[in-house]
Amino acid sequence: MKVVLKNIEKRGYKGNIDSYLKEGGYNAFKKALKMKPDQILFEIKKSKLVGRGGAAFPTELKWEFAKKCKEYPKYVVCNADEGEPGTFKDRIILENDPHLVLEAMIICGFTVGAEEGFIYIRGEYFKAYEILKRAIEEAERNNFLGKNILGSNFSFKITLFRGAGSYVCGEETALLDSLEGKKGQSRVKPPFPTFVGFKNKPTVLNNVETFANIPEIILKGGDWFSQIGSPLSCGTKLYCLSGDVNRPGVYELPANITLKELIEKCGQGVRGKLKAILPGGVSSNLLTDKELNITLDYPSVQKAGSMLGSGAVIIINDSRCIVDLAKRCAEFFDYESCGKCAPCREGTKRTREIFANITQGQGNLSDILLLKELQEVMYDTSRCGLGQAALNAVRSIIEKFPGEFKEHISKKKCKLKICPM
Amino acid sequence: MINLTIDGQKVRVPKETTIFEAAKKMNIDIPHLCYHEDLSIYGACRICVVEIDRRPRLEPSCATVVEEGMVVRTNTARIRRARKMIVELLLANHPEDCFTCERSQTCELGKLAYDLGVRELRFKKARKYHYEPDTTSPAIIRDPNKCIQCSRCIRVCSEIQSVGAIEFVNRGGRTQVLTFFNKGLNNVECTTCGQCILACPTGALRERTVVDEAWEVISNPKKFVVVQTAPAVRAAIGEEFGMPPGSLVTSKMVTALRRLGFDRVFDTQFGADLTIMEEAHELIERIKNKGTLPMVTSCSPGWIKYIEHFFPECLEYLSTCKSPQQMFGPIAKTYYAQKAGIKPQDMCVVSIMPCVAKKFEAQRPEMKASGVQDVDVVLTTREAARMIKEAGIDFVNLPNEDFDKPLGISSGAGVIFGATGGVMEAALRTAYEIVTGRTLPRIEFEEVRGMQGIKNAEINLNGLSLKVAIAHGLSNAKVLLEEVQKGKSPYHFIEIMACPGGCLGGGGQPMPTNLEIRKARAKSLYQEDKNKPIRKSHQNPAIITLYKEFLGKPLSEKAHKLLHTSYTKRNRY
Ligand SMILES: Cc1cc2nc3c(=O)[nH]c(=O)nc-3n(C[C@H](O)[C@H](O)[C@H](O)COP(=O)(O)O)c2cc1C
Ligand code: SF4
Ligand code: SF4
Ligand code: SF4
Ligand code: FES
Repeated sequence: MKVVLKNIEKRGYKGNIDSYLKEGGYNAFKKALKMKPDQILFEIKKSKLVGRGGAAFPTELKWEFAKKCKEYPKYVVCNADEGEPGTFKDRIILENDPHLVLEAMIICGFTVGAEEGFIYIRGEYFKAYEILKRAIEEAERNNFLGKNILGSNFSFKITLFRGAGSYVCGEETALLDSLEGKKGQSRVKPPFPTFVGFKNKPTVLNNVETFANIPEIILKGGDWFSQIGSPLSCGTKLYCLSGDVNRPGVYELPANITLKELIEKCGQGVRGKLKAILPGGVSSNLLTDKELNITLDYPSVQKAGSMLGSGAVIIINDSRCIVDLAKRCAEFFDYESCGKCAPCREGTKRTREIFANITQGQGNLSDILLLKELQEVMYDTSRCGLGQAALNAVRSIIEKFPGEFKEHISKKKCKLKICPM
Repeated sequence: MINLTIDGQKVRVPKETTIFEAAKKMNIDIPHLCYHEDLSIYGACRICVVEIDRRPRLEPSCATVVEEGMVVRTNTARIRRARKMIVELLLANHPEDCFTCERSQTCELGKLAYDLGVRELRFKKARKYHYEPDTTSPAIIRDPNKCIQCSRCIRVCSEIQSVGAIEFVNRGGRTQVLTFFNKGLNNVECTTCGQCILACPTGALRERTVVDEAWEVISNPKKFVVVQTAPAVRAAIGEEFGMPPGSLVTSKMVTALRRLGFDRVFDTQFGADLTIMEEAHELIERIKNKGTLPMVTSCSPGWIKYIEHFFPECLEYLSTCKSPQQMFGPIAKTYYAQKAGIKPQDMCVVSIMPCVAKKFEAQRPEMKASGVQDVDVVLTTREAARMIKEAGIDFVNLPNEDFDKPLGISSGAGVIFGATGGVMEAALRTAYEIVTGRTLPRIEFEEVRGMQGIKNAEINLNGLSLKVAIAHGLSNAKVLLEEVQKGKSPYHFIEIMACPGGCLGGGGQPMPTNLEIRKARAKSLYQEDKNKPIRKSHQNPAIITLYKEFLGKPLSEKAHKLLHTSYTKRNRY
């Protein structure tokens, strides 16, 4: 069952406007134009679609809040920053079916009463940027974008904006600051962007994949969509399978698939012996082979003590040193912390140092307790999701691999000879 | 109104109140670092976190608005642990040189660490960054190694002062507060007002200390050292010795300075009276001869530097009068030196100022009217207090002594120079009597007093309705100057002070300096004015003699040479 990749997986599909139109592209928008915004919202509500950017917030609610706001102008923003390590699904969509996202944004603008949209695209996505640029021009030429679209009194334009290589700019409020030309740092929430967003105006901000589901929901109805997957997580999900698997890649599957099925059916098995899984990128807690039977929907992964996030399933085999993995995560967050709030700025810095010490044979058993406490305090007090989740992986590694961890500290030994002891 | 529960007690507060403010009403001062009452909310230090029912995480009380039925706890084990750890994290990145730090007695980070019971630093092998301090400015030193990135300096500089000389650069742990392209404070549009120093919770910002230079000249037998003290100092220096804010300690201060070894203890208020004589006459001249109006006061060096950077095309509006400090200097080194039989090069003028910008001002190339540098050493109130402490003087219990004559004689008009509106009031007292030839019916101009950001008034001067305005804090000054720039200013005369509250809120004053304290200091200055037998500059006998014996009359050629100055157009960076 394909919703998002339905065109992309067709042979010979080119992703330009002609191919898109041939596959029925922009019919959803044409249909939406004849609907009342409230009807559109009702379909999305019935679809039970939740955000695919990580937080799994009901999409319909965002749109509804923004629509109800009496402040104008309103904005639609597509989050195409895709910075979470192990996530590469949005790129596939943007490079191969850009009009799908444009169409969804246009529908969103029509629904909430916005006339301007932005795509905030990861700076390194050069190819996707060029493709999107061309797609926007095509859409303008065909009057799917521009003034009085298709003879209606609805006008909409989309502007591309390139990020400059900061992970935290994928966080919605940091993204908005960056989009406004400021330093990309998170804002105080509440107020949420739906009420006070770009230039302090109501703004719908959704992930690329979230948007990509919209046209099919409009065409086939919310009920149809909600039948897919499981009642816990409706629709499909794009899983980015990477790491030590035989066939890494992006797989679109109904969200009632188990972790084991994903690895074995899609990934054709683990390369080597399975050691651990990061189900939602480096911000998520580690899972082990004991948890292979969980289904990959948002609530189930959460129940297993982790999170699905953007769907970056990273497989780790037994040739990898788990302390080295923790160290790499710590380095990533130290490098990417925006530096605004004290617990994250200083906490990530100290974590990185502690791991540098441990992997050089200078660890201390008290580091374990300290890291646990630090994780709790950073989760409790950091200003945005980056700091709150920065030590998730570290914490779960300490808890699930206590032996390997203590061996590094007490015996000053890395069995796999990866750490520079 | 919103009802909520904080620590088990019910409270009712207006909508939009933050939890922090609501707690304050219940006498709970939630520990904080990046919060500052004068500034916008930043919500980044996370020290002020509290527990709120049904919220998964702790929330910053300074940045969280109350909601109906909210249940808040401000002091639980979870909160205490979090706060303590955040302070530990900040300390792990902080140089451990508290003993030798300028702020060791007033450091908010250190106090917090003490209050929260941080007695051990668990993050031991912490790497510290070693940044070069910014020492380009003659007035201010920035030591980025002590910065905890609370942004209070950045906010005061942009929000209160509309300058924006400093901003955060870089990301994460490499975040630093810097000037444009790290050119240094002296090479950008910094006004040297020093408000950022007052705002800073740590020793990352401080004045360029010249205490050693002061000791050196005092102990040099070849130097005749005179000291002048600005009006605002006497209403504040007591705070450094534990006295309540606004304690008026003029005579103790004089005694203390004499004991430090100054040869003469004089008063900048004498300079202020002189400023009024020149400025009032300049105003009358400009009105009579249809000169450039409005005339804008020029006694706040931070303000002067601001206008030079930001409104270089408006310099002609400035009065050409030097500030009281810089009028005092050349008069001491010419008039008084002659009288006392001392060569100007053997005399040393030390001034004690509430101000950091005065350090910059004294070094301007124009300030050599006496043939040598007019003012040699500029100390802040804080530095002077430290010298008194260093000398072991029991300030609080000192006997009272009087200023030396004649440059220690001043009027009540000179006193109120230290408060916003004071220069205006002093000038009006003199201008009124010169123009009308009549005695003022009511000496106090209440309408120009008080802490409102921009004040205005209209005074009848022999049929001319004189329109005046007063601004303090450069953001307020900017509003008035933009009118001037557009040619739309309705005023004849504008007083501007760079610092909130006027000099009594200057960047060199004791810490903390906040609205309440500024008000207390103002109150005592107005009290001192009331106590003075002479309250108008033109009636100061020492001023009258100075003109008779030396200057001739206001705006004379000699007065121009010694007491007036010119300004420099400056770039923004
Ligand atoms: C540190 C951090 C980085 C994030 N990066 C991304 C990202 O690259 N792309 C994305 O869509 N959402 C990202 N998010 C989530 C967004 O904040 C936001 O929840 C999401 O874009 C909302 O869209 P959705 O409702 O469609 O999921 C990030 C969040 C955090 C805290
Ligand atoms: S949690 Fe980290 S990334 Fe987020 S605001 Fe704080 S410092 Fe910035
Ligand atoms: S001295 Fe004044 S102008 Fe200069 S940086 Fe500090 S606050 Fe800004
Ligand atoms: S210099 Fe001081 S006020 Fe400015 S950010 Fe650093 S600690 Fe805060
Ligand atoms: S005082 Fe509230 S976050 Fe700093």
